[in-house]
Amino acid sequence: MGGSILGNRVLRKEDPKFLTTGGVYVDDMLDEPLLVGSVHVTYVRSSVAHAIINSIDTSDAAQMPGVLAVLTGADLGLQPVPSSFNPMATRTLLAMDKVRYVGEPVAAIVSETREQGEDASEMVIVDYDFLEPLIDLEQSMASSNLIYESCGSNVVFDTTVLGIPENTGDAYFADCEVVVKGRFINQRVAPCPLEVRGSAAAWGSDGRLVQWLSTQHAQGAHAPIAATNGVDVAQVRVMTPDVGGGFGAKIGAYPEELLLGVIAKRIGRPVRWRETRSESMVALGHGRAQLQYITIGGTKQGKVTHYQLHAIQDSGAWVDMGTILAPFMTRPMSSGVYDIPNIECRTTSVVTNTTPTVAYRGAGRPEATAAIERAMDLFAAELGMDPAEVRRINLIPKFLEPHTTVVGQTYDVGDYEESLDKVLAAADYKGWRAKQAERRTSNSSKQIGIGISVYVEITGGVGNGESAKVEVLEDGRAIVYTGTSPHGQGHDTSWSMLTSEQTGIPIDRIELVWGDTDRVPIGTGTMGSRSLQQGGNAVFAVAGQLVDKAKSVAARLLEANEADIVLDKDRGAFHVAGTPAVSKTWADLAVAEKQSGGLVHSDVIGVAGATFPFGAHVAIVEVDTETGKVRHIAHTACDDAGKVLNPMLLEGQIHGGVAQGAAQALLEEVCYDPDGNPITSNLADYAFISAAELPSVTVVHMETPTPVNLIGAKGIGESGTIGATPALQSAVVDAVSHLGVRHIDMPTTAERVWSAIQQAR
Amino acid sequence: MKVSITVNGTAYENDVEPRTLLVQYVRETLGLTGTNIGCDTSSCGACSLHVDGESVKSCTMLAAQADGCSVTTIEGLAQGGEMHPMQKAFMENHGLQCGYCTPGMVMASISLLKENPNPTEEEVRIGLEGNLCRCTGYHNIVKSVLAAAKAQ
Repeated sequence: MGGSILGNRVLRKEDPKFLTTGGVYVDDMLDEPLLVGSVHVTYVRSSVAHAIINSIDTSDAAQMPGVLAVLTGADLGLQPVPSSFNPMATRTLLAMDKVRYVGEPVAAIVSETREQGEDASEMVIVDYDFLEPLIDLEQSMASSNLIYESCGSNVVFDTTVLGIPENTGDAYFADCEVVVKGRFINQRVAPCPLEVRGSAAAWGSDGRLVQWLSTQHAQGAHAPIAATNGVDVAQVRVMTPDVGGGFGAKIGAYPEELLLGVIAKRIGRPVRWRETRSESMVALGHGRAQLQYITIGGTKQGKVTHYQLHAIQDSGAWVDMGTILAPFMTRPMSSGVYDIPNIECRTTSVVTNTTPTVAYRGAGRPEATAAIERAMDLFAAELGMDPAEVRRINLIPKFLEPHTTVVGQTYDVGDYEESLDKVLAAADYKGWRAKQAERRTSNSSKQIGIGISVYVEITGGVGNGESAKVEVLEDGRAIVYTGTSPHGQGHDTSWSMLTSEQTGIPIDRIELVWGDTDRVPIGTGTMGSRSLQQGGNAVFAVAGQLVDKAKSVAARLLEANEADIVLDKDRGAFHVAGTPAVSKTWADLAVAEKQSGGLVHSDVIGVAGATFPFGAHVAIVEVDTETGKVRHIAHTACDDAGKVLNPMLLEGQIHGGVAQGAAQALLEEVCYDPDGNPITSNLADYAFISAAELPSVTVVHMETPTPVNLIGAKGIGESGTIGATPALQSAVVDAVSHLGVRHIDMPTTAERVWSAIQQAR
Repeated sequence: MKVSITVNGTAYENDVEPRTLLVQYVRETLGLTGTNIGCDTSSCGACSLHVDGESVKSCTMLAAQADGCSVTTIEGLAQGGEMHPMQKAFMENHGLQCGYCTPGMVMASISLLKENPNPTEEEVRIGLEGNLCRCTGYHNIVKSVLAAAKAQ
């Protein structure tokens, strides 16, 4: 081995399996002995948005072929469970007293086959008394018709409860020469992992529950599953098969999953559950859904001195994670990359009769970035200045020591101007401006739009460290146990690289274990772009500690001083410095340690805090001014995630992030009719972005290592989305700005763009 | 009803319910779970496989309609432990992340190159419009297909 494996474009170890036989997702576990004789669970869901339940008649459904049971909340004796984010809000895992959104589970059918369950679900009759559906955020906010009476209001979280004062309104801008206002809708979108939710549960002969879950965080689901089943956590094992994407929406355990053990116990047989895509579109949590009121003010020279944001977050019909993203993710990042001396930011989270909102790729930071970036564009447009120049005037200058913004958030390191310069050069910003000018002069119906965003975000904000265990077996192979939970990120490859770097054991001799609460009891999972900087960092540290431990064993075997022992990583062997001929391999040491518990080391490794990746994107679009149709024709991204472990994986994360950003900016939106009926509840109606709507992405590398962890890495999983979304939206507006258009809400569909042009004319 | 279908070179005869979809047949009857189900509206292409050499979304076809046909799934592509050039191209170009869309994407890509051996980037993008991926942003999938075309 010549030199370090770190920083190299190492192909993924995971891939041969996925490419030849496919992964083993939860629905693929046909050979699992514990699931022999399993039956299927199908949930009956509310068909109305807001109603009192008078009665649930299950008698016809129970008579259907293959049906073993039809269970309501009353049958299962369900008790109300409080929200983790506002305990005043409580619900039962199957709706009993009222339903609050279309798709909420109200009963469970157990049947021999999945099809029988689906047929029987149509036969359950729920008698509803309809209530006013509250779909519009501001309508719900003002309504005295309460979705959770116990909360006393449809506002379920407000930053005023944190002691943060309300925004002061227009008076705040009295000293500004230029003031611009905006109302932006950061629309509701569906995370759409390609694999929908699925789970299976079985009680073993030892009295323990084993539950397989398509999740980002098995250890997080462990206690809620145990609590739902009324048993101690020691009686529950949660296991994670391959997971076909999560994007934040598979962090928490959902009611449909929590109840499976209870149902399996009741029926006396193992159970399987897999939702359909149409169910997933209404019952898997949604993302974003924020309404933003902004005011930005400053000098005629382009210096922003005041910024005010009121973010109104749609929680949907449950107080889930979406509720807290606005106060704890959007607000801290409201200053963005800018040095703004005066900022007010209030957030208000409101329940509505829609699908509950959860984390979705970026989770609160895309919203913060979109707000300030759109505000910057409005400010630049008001002044008639180049948006790149206005940004440059206001950027926080390069800092390599922590910097604290006026909203109180401390960033680790940053060089925003460098990322802006790099991206403008790589994207040929000046060239595109010249092309844009030509098209404008010739009054072409195909106008060019150029959008810029400069962003900073929080990663590794969840958890302050991670567990790792590295064990070397008697044949010299290593097993690495991690508390993170890959579902596409390539941890098997990355964690093997980190382990190999420390131990010299080749990556194909290293196996990764994750997502199994028996084998990895401590873990914070994969979310918030934390995995490498916390989980990978822990593996790196623990593997290093294991090398030290191995040196002491080698010293004993070689009858030498520990300080004289060196590890020859090329051979994976330990010897006394200067005498390589007499050595002990990893396998030798593992054999020697067999009687004393094996050659193994585990620890929980802390980090000094979150990290703040930053970067800049330039999006180029072509807009047909006659139809409003937008084509995304080029995209350049400069994302600084600190020290890069594997550039191939880094680029993959950026590409995926950019596509999800483009999806929100251009196409995707979850819609409801005024009665709360979802009208985008399958992939035929929801505008899931495809290859045909995207360009290839130019990635510009930049590395500013962070001091907060050993490996200098920041997160990259969400940056692409955070940078791309406002760049795309701005590009669309820019394409038609010469026609008098200042803002178009996302998604910038042909209809919206065409209407904006007509209104401006 | 009885169906006779050759899957990955092996001839099978099975009794199936008339409403059994081809994707259910390969997954549940034959246990070939490499072919995935990603939607219920024939939108996502995760279930793409080959019927008589052509890419088909196997949720749009009944097992009964495949009676007498030859089906190839992702499990049938590698020969003698050697991956198909398209599988190799996906591996070498990081054309997959979570792997869920991958079998369908690989099968559709092979079919695409059969119809158009030297596609442009745009032709690949339009050709794969019916196969959805949430992880890769399609960038490396397109790159994989172009690399496979070049390697032919």
